Amino acid sequence: MADESILKVENIRKAFGKRHVLKGVSLSIRKGELKVLMGPSGAGKSTLLQCINFLVTPDEGEVWLEGSRLNRARKHDLYAYRQQVGMIFQDFNLFDHLCALDNIEIGLVRVKGLHKDAARERAMGELERVGLSDHAHHYPAQLSGGQKQRVSIARALAMDPKVMLLDEPTSALDPELIGEVLAVIRNLVANGMTMIMATHQIGFSRALADEIIFMEDGQIVEQGPSVKMFSDAVSERTRAFCAKISELYGETF
Amino acid sequence: MPEGLTAVITAFPYLLQGSLVTVAVVLGAMVSGLVLGVLLAVGQVYGRRPVRLLARVYVWFFRGVPLLVLLFLFYFGLFSVLDINLSAFTVAIIVLGLISAAYQSQIFRGAILSLPEGQFKAARALGMSDLKAISFIVLPQALRFSIPGWSNEYSIVLKDSAVVFALGVAEIMARTHFVATRTYQYLPLYLAAGFLYLVLTFVGVKALRMVEEKVRIPGYSRPGIG
Repeated sequence: MADESILKVENIRKAFGKRHVLKGVSLSIRKGELKVLMGPSGAGKSTLLQCINFLVTPDEGEVWLEGSRLNRARKHDLYAYRQQVGMIFQDFNLFDHLCALDNIEIGLVRVKGLHKDAARERAMGELERVGLSDHAHHYPAQLSGGQKQRVSIARALAMDPKVMLLDEPTSALDPELIGEVLAVIRNLVANGMTMIMATHQIGFSRALADEIIFMEDGQIVEQGPSVKMFSDAVSERTRAFCAKISELYGETF
Repeated sequence: MPEGLTAVITAFPYLLQGSLVTVAVVLGAMVSGLVLGVLLAVGQVYGRRPVRLLARVYVWFFRGVPLLVLLFLFYFGLFSVLDINLSAFTVAIIVLGLISAAYQSQIFRGAILSLPEGQFKAARALGMSDLKAISFIVLPQALRFSIPGWSNEYSIVLKDSAVVFALGVAEIMARTHFVATRTYQYLPLYLAAGFLYLVLTFVGVKALRMVEEKVRIPGYSRPGIG
């Protein structure tokens, strides 16, 4: 298929022992698109995202970035690929022993091989972009959840990723902190970042997602433009889930 | 002045010199144990099967055989069979270091396992190799968390170091024994030796406490203090 998809994932399968968590998932995303993964917990969303950059090794499946297939057996290729696919975790995973600035800097220095001064400048710029330049020297333990997640986004952005994977970036946050993180992500959308995001933020998804992918039981059950998915989803299960989520989280536009 | 006190005062400079030897042996053992212990711990947590097995066997052996047996085994046995001529002082450091590495590896292993797994993941997600993630993310934190356990290990190695007098290393115990058997002032002299060990323990533990405070990660609260 010679479309201009930036990232293509084909037939990802993963089993933990006898539990088949992913039963052959394929998807592709074009430059600048936001695709939202939805579905009940245990559907395999998080495993899928981690399989896409091989933090979890899939049993089967292939990944193409900008048309070239990744040979993950070659460590060097894998590390280079991971640099280009940024990952945001539910629980931030900042490096606890480093201040906000150093959290961003360390990848630039140790992975990209930037000079310390250049790395510092870039890191500061990324902190500014997420509105945290005045917290540069705070350590993770001194930051709120929302601030931590913004630092983690800045850390990923500093690597100049071509695609970003976001694994429920607001699920671990207190309700009053969700907004600041969504604002940052909204900004990324506006700037044309390509993203695959697992989330239950229905209002956000309806407004901004190009496509909603509904997963259940390790498979994609249904996918389509967000407007269509929320108003008249084909499958009964998708409709029920969306109704439940709306009821739970309200309409937070 | 009672004879005992005179004996202690006369012998004190000689014993103090012995404590320098003790300190050298202990520092040598702790540092070599640190290097080897870190390698063992990393091997045991992140290594492939054969590496993990090797580390486990190492720890099992050096925790299982008594210090005195190991000292004799290396000094009179192994090194003479291999025709390697090492001083008793060097062998003392090597053997204490090998044993301490086994214990230290378990301190580090516990610290590594106590870290949130996600940070290692995040480091790899940035494109770091496992080795980089371990060196720049895992170990700087694990070593910090190991200081209390390490301080404990220091006080154990310090006391164990008294056993190397059996090889004739002129440390505190050997010198005390030497003077005591000549002056017959056993009680005061061994009390003095005990006092020297207490002081060395105190100073070492205190110094490590200061290091712990110095490298504490800001914002991390200490249990009990909040």
